[in-house]
Amino acid sequence: MITKRIIPCLDVRDGRVVKGVNFTGLRDVSSPVALGKYYSDAGADELVFYDITASAEGRRLFTDVLREVARTIFIPLTVGGGINTLEDFDRVLKCGADKVSVNSGAIRDPNLILEAARRYGDQCVVISADVKRVEGQFRVFARGGRDDTGLEAIGWLKKCVGLGAGEVVLNSIDTDGVKRGFDLEMLDAVCNAVSVPVIASGGAGCIEDFVRLFQTLPKVDAGLAASIFHFGEVKLQDLKAALAENGIPARILSQAPGSAGESPR
Amino acid sequence: MKIAIVDYGVGNLFSLQSSFAAIGADASATGDGEVIAGAERIVLPGVGAFGDAADKLRRSGLDRVVKAAAERGTPLLGICLGMQLLLEKSFEYGVHDGLGLIPGAVLPIRDVIPPDYKIPHIGWNALDFTSAGEHCPLLGRVRPGEYVYFVHSYYAARCGESVMATADYGAPLTACIRRDNVYGCQFHPEKSGGMGLNILRAFCYDC
Repeated sequence: MITKRIIPCLDVRDGRVVKGVNFTGLRDVSSPVALGKYYSDAGADELVFYDITASAEGRRLFTDVLREVARTIFIPLTVGGGINTLEDFDRVLKCGADKVSVNSGAIRDPNLILEAARRYGDQCVVISADVKRVEGQFRVFARGGRDDTGLEAIGWLKKCVGLGAGEVVLNSIDTDGVKRGFDLEMLDAVCNAVSVPVIASGGAGCIEDFVRLFQTLPKVDAGLAASIFHFGEVKLQDLKAALAENGIPARILSQAPGSAGESPR
Repeated sequence: MKIAIVDYGVGNLFSLQSSFAAIGADASATGDGEVIAGAERIVLPGVGAFGDAADKLRRSGLDRVVKAAAERGTPLLGICLGMQLLLEKSFEYGVHDGLGLIPGAVLPIRDVIPPDYKIPHIGWNALDFTSAGEHCPLLGRVRPGEYVYFVHSYYAARCGESVMATADYGAPLTACIRRDNVYGCQFHPEKSGGMGLNILRAFCYDC
């Protein structure tokens, strides 16, 4: 049976992980490579690296760092942030990304999804949407949640999937940062509208929020979070164990990291 | 040991190369037929659509090189679409010929799974061994029930006794096949954490 995926998200600016990383036992908490390896060893099912750099210089640095991360971890890697053209897809895929997440770039030019899916396959293109309730409607916001695009979210995501997006990351602005749980109502609406995997983002504050997410909405495929993992409020091992205890399929590492080589039957 | 990763212009071989490097194996991506023919192990990767990949492999002339090497007994590992290319035929957007090294055909997952299951089959799924799989050297360092990472919309059907392991996605989907020295994984060992590295180790040292 396929497991529910747990995905830590790391924001990277100018080659360093930013915002709210507060690990003990890890020497360089703002090194994307060290943090990526830490999560990978701890049982993360996938990692998202989000480039929040503004400068061209920082973007080059991000690309270098990405290559190093990809060399170090052997789980799926999704890259987002600043993806506006096919060249951007090409740049991050060449550095070892498996999937590319588009957000504002797709709002500016929806054909980006179509062209990228044609060239790299649907499985490679992730549509990420920041969504907020406005006047009784789920509305898509752009530029990191700052601008109301006027787009109705359900229709928008259906369109993106029709163009070839192979996964949806739904980030609820309404629940993001509040730590009172995922936006189940919004997620339910999206799950009922699209046929591709849906990744829930925004609002996780504790282990129970993930349990409730997957129990209430079995159609949701994955849960994504940042700061609760970075601050050690939720440990991946504990979260996976809790999911399994509640009958939710989860990938539990069967051996200690590092000993992976020696287990012949 | 020299391992050749066949580079025929499909997909990105960075992760695969990094994975072999991580287990201390000397693997390089190459499109040079002589290098591939002389390698001790051959890996056939692949992503995207079957027809396009099969065309590229044929146009590069590497289809004959890979097939000849496999027939001489060189261990060959097809990964994901590379595994599907080992089979006789694919029905992905038309009908296409594969290398025919292992009996079987590539068919849409949609035909065999319940309607409420999503396509593609993406994520971590557990390996269920067949009785033949219990003795498959490629799986010798993995225990049944351990998880590997899948991304695919088509699957290997009609492989008969070549099936070594399946994954349950509402139906048992072929996860690993073998015929003599020819092996295939539908999942991505290079993306399957420590388990995946174990499978690559097994290919290097046990197959």
